[in-house]
Amino acid sequence: MDAILLQILNGLDKGSAYALIALGLTLIFGTLGVVNFAHGALFMIGAFCAVTLQKLLNLSFETLDETQKDFLGNPLKVETPYVEYWFGPEVGATIIDWSVPLAILFAIPVMLLVGYVMERGLIKHFYKRPHADQILVTFGLAIVLQEIVKYFFGANPIQTPPPDALSGSVDLGIMVGFDPNAIIYPIWRLVYFGFAVGIIGAVFSFLQFTTFGMVVRAGMADRETVGLLGINIDRRFTIMFGIAAAVAGLAGVMYGPLNPPNYHMGMDFLVLSFVVVVVGGMGSLPGAVLAGFLLGILESFASTTWATTTIPGINQIIIYLVAIIVLLTRPRGLMGRKGVMEE
Amino acid sequence: MTNKNVTRRGVLKSGAVAGSGLALPTIFTASSAAAFTNEPTGSSVTLGFNVPQTGPYAEEGNDELLAQQLAVEHLNGEGDGGCLNTFSSKALKGNGILGKKVEFVTGDTQTKSDAARASAKSMIEKDGAIMINGGSSSGVAVAVQGLCQEAGVIFMAGLTHANDTTGKDKKANGFRHFFNAYMSGAALAPVLAAEMGKERRAYHLTADYNWGWTQEESIVASTEALGWETVNTVKTPLASTDFSSYIAPVLNSGADVLVLNHYGGNMVNSLTNAIQFGLLDKVANGKDFKIVVPLYSELMAAGAGENIKGVLGSMNWNWQLQDEGTKAFVKSFGEKYGKPPSNSAQTCYAQVLLYADAVERAGTFNPCGVVEALEDFEFDGLGNGPTWYRGADHQCFKDVLVVRGNENPTNAYDTLEIVEITPRAQVEYDPEHPMFAGGELGKCNPGA
Repeated sequence: MDAILLQILNGLDKGSAYALIALGLTLIFGTLGVVNFAHGALFMIGAFCAVTLQKLLNLSFETLDETQKDFLGNPLKVETPYVEYWFGPEVGATIIDWSVPLAILFAIPVMLLVGYVMERGLIKHFYKRPHADQILVTFGLAIVLQEIVKYFFGANPIQTPPPDALSGSVDLGIMVGFDPNAIIYPIWRLVYFGFAVGIIGAVFSFLQFTTFGMVVRAGMADRETVGLLGINIDRRFTIMFGIAAAVAGLAGVMYGPLNPPNYHMGMDFLVLSFVVVVVGGMGSLPGAVLAGFLLGILESFASTTWATTTIPGINQIIIYLVAIIVLLTRPRGLMGRKGVMEE
Repeated sequence: MTNKNVTRRGVLKSGAVAGSGLALPTIFTASSAAAFTNEPTGSSVTLGFNVPQTGPYAEEGNDELLAQQLAVEHLNGEGDGGCLNTFSSKALKGNGILGKKVEFVTGDTQTKSDAARASAKSMIEKDGAIMINGGSSSGVAVAVQGLCQEAGVIFMAGLTHANDTTGKDKKANGFRHFFNAYMSGAALAPVLAAEMGKERRAYHLTADYNWGWTQEESIVASTEALGWETVNTVKTPLASTDFSSYIAPVLNSGADVLVLNHYGGNMVNSLTNAIQFGLLDKVANGKDFKIVVPLYSELMAAGAGENIKGVLGSMNWNWQLQDEGTKAFVKSFGEKYGKPPSNSAQTCYAQVLLYADAVERAGTFNPCGVVEALEDFEFDGLGNGPTWYRGADHQCFKDVLVVRGNENPTNAYDTLEIVEITPRAQVEYDPEHPMFAGGELGKCNPGA
């Protein structure tokens, strides 16, 4: 039982990233009708917002320590971050320690801007082109973006650790009556899950309970009629693209402490997230979220020793296997709507 | 009398045979005037440096390339000479190789076997490279080694740690200076026994490809010989980015040691995940839980950050060694590039010098002469102390390092500390050892 709970927790955790990326993908597809293969790159850029802020906060000045030597035998250059110099060692160290949560504030405007520029600068020119053209141009854009990041940050992963207060793990098993060490789980992974639920809730609330959201939903249902009512729906859809970019970016910011960001991380999630969208149902926001968590949990169970010894290789194919089964039994996906991608 | 039995089918058959003959790659039909593939005829000789310039190991490839360029400078008499001053063989004079100026071309392996073969083939066929060096993966090394054997050029492997490179996939034209998985196990075992005791229960997470399997086999064999029990060996897909589902069950498995047979991004992520789950803070079977990473590199250590603190592993070489060869290379590399070299850079540098030296001693660029000069060659002064290039399998034997993640690093480069320099004799094995069985070295191929 404890092993099952542990894998469910792991699945919710993986599912959080899938759900957030798939949610953004669905928002863009549902509003603009664009299949955005650069969405994984937005997730990666978000993670590198955290890396950038961490580097900015660690900007230092050098002093020579004559008592220590570097690898060439010269006096060692000791680096002191400016924030520690300006605010004192303790406050400065605390600011640096909390660089990932602080990066949320940094990433929101950056990602909105990146989304806006991407949509206005490139993607809007492909609205009336076939989906294959959209896929090619956005995939090309993803490669360009990751190469730019690699140029500035290198190919090696870069650690973005969580704040000390949120690192380490907790014994959840004891809290629910299991033996000690039965369900040990990292605190940041619980934070990530909670954050994902919060973001998903905020996006749904925004669409459900604001006038802007109502217009966007109406535009998703019937763009032409909304336009005939004198509403500039294109402008609102551009803003939604920015919001979708921000959602992917925030997912990336908070993902950094789980696995160190590298320039390729977006591609690792991209294909899986598209499978999530298809399984959930093209254009369905609740479907994307549901499928994200569902596939995350199934992937987690498929990685257990029991599963891999029973069906060798199941951990590598489970998501695609589930996609095949779902599409055979429900061709529009779990919560797909009639008419989407069917013309 | 004329033969009138000329049929359409016959013409087509003859045409096909003639066409396929003409279409054969030039490497398999070397000029009859040349004694061997890409025999240098002008005043220069071209070496091919095949390293990952893109992909996940691009940083490692970049470091290799810096070292290879440095080696070329030293061979041509530029710079401070580096290890030419400490190398026990004095055949190299700093005037190129056999008086010919050394030039180089580069290829991008992308850490993909097919891409690596394609770039090596291009350097051999189009650029006239007479030797291929570099790489950061065993899959790539085995693939390129096979190509070089067919093409008739020498392959001086870069970072490749799988037993198979000089085991079942060994080739006469291929040479490995880097250590291998068996040596990691042999070097680590005594240190593990001293630090963790002989009654331990190990849980292995292993990257599911050739290198991972040979490393797991080697570490399981050496730790079980100590008296350790292997609780489980779990294969993880190479494309995995998150290992939480594999690490979560470890604490409840009865194990008290986790062995991560991972490299590169896999290792950085699996170790980060293991630390997140607090494994190093736990007590299992009445003992402190431990993690072992059998193969370390400086660049991986940098990627793993603080997570490597206290974690044991092994290396081919480290810039903190104090022998004269190491000091000369680190000084030369450090002054030129502002950082100490990685162990993949060092192996590439040493390999380029070893190839050049073998050509000088053989008096020819002919691969068969080079093979003869390198086989059973004993040398010193390139780092790691006295070294032997064994003729039976073209594997180098030298001291191996056991290292640990530094608890108190003073700068970005001393993330690892040397725990023990394991003597060469302790990591030697018989060429017919079961882990290296199968395959034939074969005969050298000059190509022409």
